Amino acid sequence: MLNPTQKLNPKIGQADIEQVPSRNGFGEGLLHLGEHDKNVVALTGDLAESTRILEFAKKYPERFIECGVAEQNMMGVAAGLALAGKTPFVASYATFSPGRSWDQLRVSVAYSKANVKVAGHHTGLSVGPDGATHQALEDIAIVRTLPNITVVVPCDTIEARKATIALGGTAGPAYLRLGREKTPVITTEDSPFSVGKASVLKEGSDVAIIGAGPILYSALQAALELEKQGLNVLVINNHTIKPIDVETIVWAAKMTGAVVTVEEHQKMGGVGSAIAEVLAQNHPIPIEMVGMPDSFGESGDPVQLLKKFGMDTEAIKEAIKKVLTRKN
Amino acid sequence: MLVEAGSGHSAGPLGLADVFTALYFSVMRHDHQIPDWTGRDRLVLSCGHNCPVLYATLAESGYFPKDELKTLRKFGTRLHGHPHNLALPGIENSSGPLAQGASQAVGMALAFRMDSLKSRVYLVMSDGEQNEGQIWEAVMLAGKEKLHNLTAIIDRNNIQIDGFTEDVMPLEGLRAKYEAFNWHVLEVDGHNIPAIINAYKEAEAIYEKPTVIIAHTIPGKGVDYMEGKFEWHGKPPSKEEADLALKELRTLRGQIRSEHE
Repeated sequence: MLNPTQKLNPKIGQADIEQVPSRNGFGEGLLHLGEHDKNVVALTGDLAESTRILEFAKKYPERFIECGVAEQNMMGVAAGLALAGKTPFVASYATFSPGRSWDQLRVSVAYSKANVKVAGHHTGLSVGPDGATHQALEDIAIVRTLPNITVVVPCDTIEARKATIALGGTAGPAYLRLGREKTPVITTEDSPFSVGKASVLKEGSDVAIIGAGPILYSALQAALELEKQGLNVLVINNHTIKPIDVETIVWAAKMTGAVVTVEEHQKMGGVGSAIAEVLAQNHPIPIEMVGMPDSFGESGDPVQLLKKFGMDTEAIKEAIKKVLTRKN
Repeated sequence: MLVEAGSGHSAGPLGLADVFTALYFSVMRHDHQIPDWTGRDRLVLSCGHNCPVLYATLAESGYFPKDELKTLRKFGTRLHGHPHNLALPGIENSSGPLAQGASQAVGMALAFRMDSLKSRVYLVMSDGEQNEGQIWEAVMLAGKEKLHNLTAIIDRNNIQIDGFTEDVMPLEGLRAKYEAFNWHVLEVDGHNIPAIINAYKEAEAIYEKPTVIIAHTIPGKGVDYMEGKFEWHGKPPSKEEADLALKELRTLRGQIRSEHE
C-alpha cells in the first residue's frame, strides 16, 4: 500500500487524477521566491513563456533579464550576478542549458561556487513531437559529474515548487530538472520534501523501485498492479540525485535484495547509474535499469515513445520480473 | 615567477603590465585590507592565462606577500595556473576557458545597476579571445542593456598561440564591430600609462553605453627577444633568458643603472 506518512494524492491509480506539467510548479516557486527575496533574479534565452518564467518577468521586470538566444552568455551572466550577491535562476531547455552552456556551468558556476540555479526544461523523451534534438536525455549525467552542484529531479508540479523554493533558499549551485508534458500529480501540499532525503512512496519487501521524475507514476502503477499478484514492491522517490541519499538507498536494498531503477534519461550516467554507484560500493545486489537504452529519441506521441524505448509501466514490470530471477 | 613555475605565459602578462599598473594604482577603487568590501570596483580577468600580471599586481598592492609569487603553479599554491576566485584574496572570477569573464562582467554590472551601487566593472580581455562566440553574446547583451558601469579593455597585441591574430582568425575592423554592437570605443597606446588612465576617465563619463578600450600593446614589452613574437605566448623563459629579461626591464634596456645589478 501507499505510505500514509507521505500523504500522497488519494487519486493515485484512478483515471481522473490531476495532470499538470512539473514546469508549472517551477514558475510558481519562482514567483514565491521573488516576493520573499529581493535578491532573486530570473534569466531566460527567449523562452520566457514555456519555461514558466513569464509571470516573474511581468511582476518583477527590474529583476528579469532577457538574454536572447545565447545560452553560454546567459550562464556566465548568471554567475556574475551571483558573484555580486544575487540569486539568479537560469531557465531554458535542458538540451541548450546546461547542454550547450556546460563549460560555463563548469567553470563560471560550479568551480566558482556561484549561487546559480539552473532550471533545465523539456527533459526526457516525453517532449514528444519536437523530436530527438529537444529531448534532454543526458542532462543529469553531464551535471552530476560536476563538483559543488546539487541536482534535483522533481516527480510532479507540487514537488517542483517545493524544490524551487528550497534551492532558492540554500546557497550554492543547483540544477533542477523539469518536464514539459502534463503528468499525474503524485504528491500533495502536505507531502514532506527535503533536498537530499529520498522518500518512501510505497512500502514493500520483495523488490524496490528507486527512481526520480514523473516516471515514478508509472512505477507506482506497476507496483500497485503487481501487488494484486501478491508481490510487495517498495517504491522510493530519489528526487535528489546529488547529494544522493545513501542511507535510504542502502536501506531499501537491504530490505528487498533486488532493485529496479527508473528514469526518463539515458541509463548511462543518470539516476540508475548514481544508484548503482551507491549499491556497488555499499551493498551489492541485482539491479535492473529502466531508462533510455543508449539511443536518441524521435518525434511522436509521448505514450508511444515511452513504450517503444522501454520506459512505460509494462517495461517496469518486465524489469521487476527479470531482477527477481536474479535475486538470491 | 615563470622561471620558478617552469611553465606559463610570458608575452601577454608583460604586455599588460602598464594596463594593470594604471588600473590598480590609479583607476580602481579597492582596498587590499578589505578584499571583499562591497563598494569595491571589480577587475574581471577574462583571459585567465595572463594571470601572472594579475598576481604580481595584487602582491604589489598588498593583497598577499610578494614571496608567494614564487609558488605560481606549484603544489599547494594559491596561485593556480589559471585563477580561481576562491583561492586567493583579490581574485573576482575563475577564468581559463576564454570569454567566460566577459559574461560574468556583464552579470556583475547588471547586479550593481539593480542595486544602484556605484561599483564599476573593469573587464580585461585578450584579442585572441575575441574568436569566441560567447564574447559577442556578452557584447550584444551589454550593448542592449547600455551598461555604462562596464569598461572593457582589449589587449590588442596581435598574437595568439598559433600565430598572428590576423592569420589565425582576422579580427579587424575591431572598432567597427564594437561600435555596431552599441559600444563606445577608444584606442590607446597600451604602454602610455597617462593615456590609459585618461581613457578610463573618459569611459566613466560616457553614460549612454558601455566602453571598450582597444589597448595597442607589444607582447613581451621591455624584453628585446620576446617583443612581438607569438612563440612567447605560452612558454616561460629559462633561467638565463630570465636574467637577461630582468636586466633589460630594470635598466630600461641599459639606459639607467639598476639597484639590482
